[in-house]
Amino acid sequence: MTDTPVLSVRNLVVEIPTRHGVLRPVDNVSYDIRAGEILGVVGESGAGKSMTGNAVVGLLDRPARITSGEILLSGQPIHTLKGEALRRLRGKKMGMIFQDPLTSLNPLLTVGDQLTETILEHLGVSQQQARERAVAALEEVGIPAARSRIDSYPHEFSGGMRQRVVIALALCAEPDLIIADEPTTALDVSVQAQIVALLKRLCRERGVAVMLVTHDMGVIAEAADRVAVMYAGRLAELGPVREVLTEARHPYTSGLMASTPLASQGHERLRQIPGAMPRLGNLPDGCAFHPRCEFAQDRCRQNPGPTLDTCDGRAACWFPLGADRKQEVGA
Amino acid sequence: MLAYIIRRVFQSVLVLLVVGLVAFAMFRFVGDPVDNMLGQERTQADIERLREQLGLDQPFIVQYWRFLEQAAQGNFGLSYRQGRPVAEILIERLPATLELAFVSGLLALFGGIALGIFTAIRRRGVSANVIMTVSLIGVSLPTFLIGILLIYVFSVELGWLPSFGRGEVTRIGGWTTGFLTESGLKALILPAITLGLYQMTLIMRLVRTEMLEVLRMDYIRFARARGIREKSINFRHALKNTLVPVITITGLQLGSIIAFAIITETVFQWPGVGLLFINAIQFVDIPVMAAYLMMISVMFVGINLIVDMLYFAIDPRLRVDRTAGGH
Ligand SMILES: Nc1ncnc2c1ncn2[C@@H]1O[C@H](COP(=O)(O)OP(=O)(O)OP(=O)(O)O)[C@@H](O)[C@H]1O
Ligand SMILES: [Mg+2]
Repeated sequence: MTDTPVLSVRNLVVEIPTRHGVLRPVDNVSYDIRAGEILGVVGESGAGKSMTGNAVVGLLDRPARITSGEILLSGQPIHTLKGEALRRLRGKKMGMIFQDPLTSLNPLLTVGDQLTETILEHLGVSQQQARERAVAALEEVGIPAARSRIDSYPHEFSGGMRQRVVIALALCAEPDLIIADEPTTALDVSVQAQIVALLKRLCRERGVAVMLVTHDMGVIAEAADRVAVMYAGRLAELGPVREVLTEARHPYTSGLMASTPLASQGHERLRQIPGAMPRLGNLPDGCAFHPRCEFAQDRCRQNPGPTLDTCDGRAACWFPLGADRKQEVGA
Repeated sequence: MLAYIIRRVFQSVLVLLVVGLVAFAMFRFVGDPVDNMLGQERTQADIERLREQLGLDQPFIVQYWRFLEQAAQGNFGLSYRQGRPVAEILIERLPATLELAFVSGLLALFGGIALGIFTAIRRRGVSANVIMTVSLIGVSLPTFLIGILLIYVFSVELGWLPSFGRGEVTRIGGWTTGFLTESGLKALILPAITLGLYQMTLIMRLVRTEMLEVLRMDYIRFARARGIREKSINFRHALKNTLVPVITITGLQLGSIIAFAIITETVFQWPGVGLLFINAIQFVDIPVMAAYLMMISVMFVGINLIVDMLYFAIDPRLRVDRTAGGH
């Protein structure tokens, strides 16, 4: 069934119990990613982007845990899986790419060792075949002279090349879903574009679903098909990339766009969103963004706050920007 | 890399020169050998003649140089007490100490690494916490007390193991070994535990700390995200990285085992160089003391050097450049 999304997150809630009460770094988040599609996830630091990604692959650090909602991988619930069952899915069905290629690779194992171990773990192939596949995986991510470099240690590669190796590792057991958590943040600007292009190519060629977490609006504009904007653990806006970038409906998205330089926006002066994202233990009533929002009205300060479902399905805002911006929705 | 080794060798030589100076100073300033060697019936002429014979009338630097020359050839003169060449006495006693140090070193190394890994992987488990608590007691008890406790339980109360000596030894060439007889092996157990326990707890704690640190690294997280088995994560991905820093400390610990053997050898009347040294102190047998000091420092420096070389062997990053290394 090609209609079933590869990843379907439904009303996901992640909670962290602390001495001062329970924090919700991920609060009622829902989204789908289809095969061959890239979902960009943006938001300020601490918005819960990484938490969401970690929850999907079952790598939440204690004491954070999923308390409600569902995660479906090709229609199968995986949020209930534990230990061994979950481990078998990781790498094989879903892969993850982290921010820093310098620290993502084990310094004492050769690149080939790390690749073949992963391949042998998930695909029933011989040692010989695993090695061939490892070489092929390196070639696919654009490592020159892959066959002669396979026995090199990570430190013998440059930063950009290392991130290619990381991508090869994440993809070598042919997963359907890749969660890339800021894969370009730690790289030189000149290398960033190459890595993004590589991710995009692999996604298209292999039909992998990609969740691309980033701070970089340029990366989103370049690679993503759809964008999810997160604010204080909640989805602020979710929609096709062109629409969200050119006509943001949530004031936060619009502020975020105005504060990032985009080639397409020309030479307008950059604006800053006033104030800072509230801390998780200290969220305001109603819409979490209202203290910083220039359009905030009484309703925005009252519970329950807006969600995608209770609004227009695109922006979690009672008074979305756009064509008829004076029109209140969901009322 | 070559430059680094040369620098390290140079440093080692410097350390040995300083230790040599201390050993030499003992000869000069602790008692007058001429006093010791000539009886009560001595004339000023006798003294002068002997001083000249021993080269004691030479300037300090010349004497020091001569001392080093002799020491480098293993010649430390005659023991004041036994009247035999010191080197001969040391060589006779050395096998006992080396065998003891070897066994307790192995015990400390493998016991320490195994327990360290265990307590790191099961850090929330009950048994791991019990081990950690017991090890704290182990570190804070002085060696001689542990030795006496072990003797009390296993020799006095249970009567299973001997409380002193080396048991029956077999002579192979110039070497005497306790490994080949039952009584020799039995006699090794308590001293080896006594001597190795402290180092074992240190190594265990070190391995645990390092391992916990390594398990938090990104590459471990990434390995988990690829579905690598826990067993491989712990013993392949994490352990190797843990061992890099552990090796240095462990190497130094093994060196200090030989030095610490003094106490254990005294408690168990183990006929090694440590006991020899203690007896030498009682009799102000300067040549023996000086030779022991030199021998121990050569071992320390040597082990240190080997440990540094091992670093290169285990960590591929260091083979290229040292600055990128560390952990
Ligand atoms: N153990 C914890 N105790 C309390 N709060 C925590 C804990 N771990 C994470 N958080 C909080 O969870 C929130 C979500 O963090 P997350 O790492 O998902 O943010 P992010 O959007 O990925 O940010 P960044 O862009 O900086 O990576 C943050 O506000 C963080 O402070
Ligand atoms: Mg993050």
